[in-house]
Amino acid sequence: MPRMAQNPQSLDAVETVRVDCDVLIIGGGNAGCFSAVEAAKIDPTLSVVIMEKAHIMRSGACAAGMDAINTYIPEGKTPEDLVRWCRSQVGGGPIREDLALSNARELNESVDDLERWGLPILRDEDGKIRYRGAWDISIHGEQLKPIMAEKAIEAGAKVYNRVACTQLLMDGPRCIGALGFGVRDGRFYVFRAGAVINATGGAAGLYKSYTADATDSHHQIWMCPYCVGTGYAVGIRQGAEMTSMEQRWVATRTKDFCGPVDTISVGYKAPIINAKGERIMQSRYAHLGADKAPRYIRANAPMEEWLAGRGPTYCDTRGMDPELANRMMTDYLNERPSFVLFLASRGQDPVEEPIEIYGSDPYIVGGHTQSGFWVDLERMTTVPGLFAAGETAGGNPNKFVGGCAAEGKLALRGAAAYIKGLELPEPDPAQVAAEKERVFAPLLRGEDFDGLRALEMEERLQRLMDEYAGGTSQFYRTNEERLDYALKHIAMLRDQTRYLKAADLHDLMAVHEVVDRIDVAEVLCHHLRFRKETRWQGWQTRSDYPETDPAYDCHVESRRDPATGEIETFTRPYEQLVPGDRYKP
Amino acid sequence: MPPIVDPKKCNGCAGREESFCEEACPGDLMYVGPDGKSHCHAARDCWDCMSCVKMCPRNAIETRMPYQLGYHKARLTPIMGKNAITWKCTDIHGKTVTYKYRNRLDVKD
Repeated sequence: MPRMAQNPQSLDAVETVRVDCDVLIIGGGNAGCFSAVEAAKIDPTLSVVIMEKAHIMRSGACAAGMDAINTYIPEGKTPEDLVRWCRSQVGGGPIREDLALSNARELNESVDDLERWGLPILRDEDGKIRYRGAWDISIHGEQLKPIMAEKAIEAGAKVYNRVACTQLLMDGPRCIGALGFGVRDGRFYVFRAGAVINATGGAAGLYKSYTADATDSHHQIWMCPYCVGTGYAVGIRQGAEMTSMEQRWVATRTKDFCGPVDTISVGYKAPIINAKGERIMQSRYAHLGADKAPRYIRANAPMEEWLAGRGPTYCDTRGMDPELANRMMTDYLNERPSFVLFLASRGQDPVEEPIEIYGSDPYIVGGHTQSGFWVDLERMTTVPGLFAAGETAGGNPNKFVGGCAAEGKLALRGAAAYIKGLELPEPDPAQVAAEKERVFAPLLRGEDFDGLRALEMEERLQRLMDEYAGGTSQFYRTNEERLDYALKHIAMLRDQTRYLKAADLHDLMAVHEVVDRIDVAEVLCHHLRFRKETRWQGWQTRSDYPETDPAYDCHVESRRDPATGEIETFTRPYEQLVPGDRYKP
Repeated sequence: MPPIVDPKKCNGCAGREESFCEEACPGDLMYVGPDGKSHCHAARDCWDCMSCVKMCPRNAIETRMPYQLGYHKARLTPIMGKNAITWKCTDIHGKTVTYKYRNRLDVKD
């Protein structure tokens, strides 16, 4: 698909392409590629299609590469041990231990797959895998994405690159495919499938990043900025139950360049210090486990120092063995090479000067925290026929690369079992026609139309969320009144989407991305509003309810009524399956 | 943080259906214009993942820090080898460091 097509003159001029398959995978990323490989393994006759917004070789969160696999069960440890660690990292949960366990049992084999496919996993002289922490292992993952993509293609999956998903195809309450458009070819796509695996990325860009203020760089954020929450949005619009959306992922990141920090603090044991050189984790968070404190505590700690007037904060790399420093830079080159460029542009040698750190903007990423679809053990959402894996599947945090791979396999097995003996109806022509019209309308409003650009609305949403729904500028704090304010303005934004106008097909993608972000942001605000306590400081901080309340030791759920757009919020109980102290690994 | 394309080196990957940088960009930002050269739709939307820089067979693309975040001028350039990558990094004081490592294992079928 070489060059971007010209804008169509009318809706009738837009060609509609119909594709039928057994399993449709939305998003050819980490989880999606593993689903495709698993399909070939369990039933080579399955026809599998991947709908990919970019090009599968370098798309999504893994595009830049990776320097570690954050979970791999070492010798002597069990899947149950991993679940205990996972639970303690999110402050005792509540988490979905059924999902976490099934994922953990599949984990090592999935990571071994990656090594068999050519991913360099670092080993010591005796051939033993080199752990950089208790559970995470070092890799040279610059080629991680192409390695996974090649295997998905080898497995026989048919990949539709540059096709953005905009809506699910429904047969009553059941999902029978997805709809979307070609961001280069300008065609409208109708994918009809026995089952759909929603394996898109999470949602970045709901909140303003502080690095976007007065810089030429709007996308200098940690999570891939092209993962905009479309996977969640298409499910939300069909009434899928969402879980734990209030558990946002906020992380300590390098300052002014939102790069990874675990590389330094976990991988190279560089302590976190404040302006006075005080070791924050040891001096202020010893009772919570110091360097081993839950992940949200570690994420929030530097920001609390800034708020208290003790910033800047650093990872103290000074005096590091130059050999180790060189290895650390190599890790960065594998995951975020431009961070090495950033240090060079500050003229900074980490052995001489510590690396400055700060909090990231908040993301909704169910492969990291646990926001996403409520799924059953087969990874089917509450919408029949719609499965979720990776960032989209909720309840099961700390999946990261290995866990998303494992879940991709699990979702495929669930989907393959579901489609046995299933009859597929013809797509409803009225539904298809209505979506085609909705998708292309912003491109067909005419030159004289006095409308809005996607960018304007995106920035309005990001400012709103930052200031009212607990963004970085507010040190992640929000309250009832601010959330009500945010919800009022989100409703106004949604109403104004009818003024959105696209200049070309690339711009049309941006228009639908902002529409999707609005739907995700709305659900997120309802979840934040429902949890009247503070359970995970930083990830979820309510300034009007600063303490933990045992009444909220449960999952917060929501469902949007597809007919009215009303969002109801409710709870589900937490079930502890793995024995032990919830707060200890 | 625009990928800066050197028009003297770029030939838009003539003969290929899609240029390498277009293929590499996860944000659909690169395109070949009527001049036959690669361009970026919106420099501000770049993630700086450097996928396009790595994929360019003519080393025609450079990632540059925006001045508001980093000083003038540092450079980082990759050379892709078989199963290995070499990076050359020069900081604002002119100090150059080279890093080389394996990025793929040999796979036995």
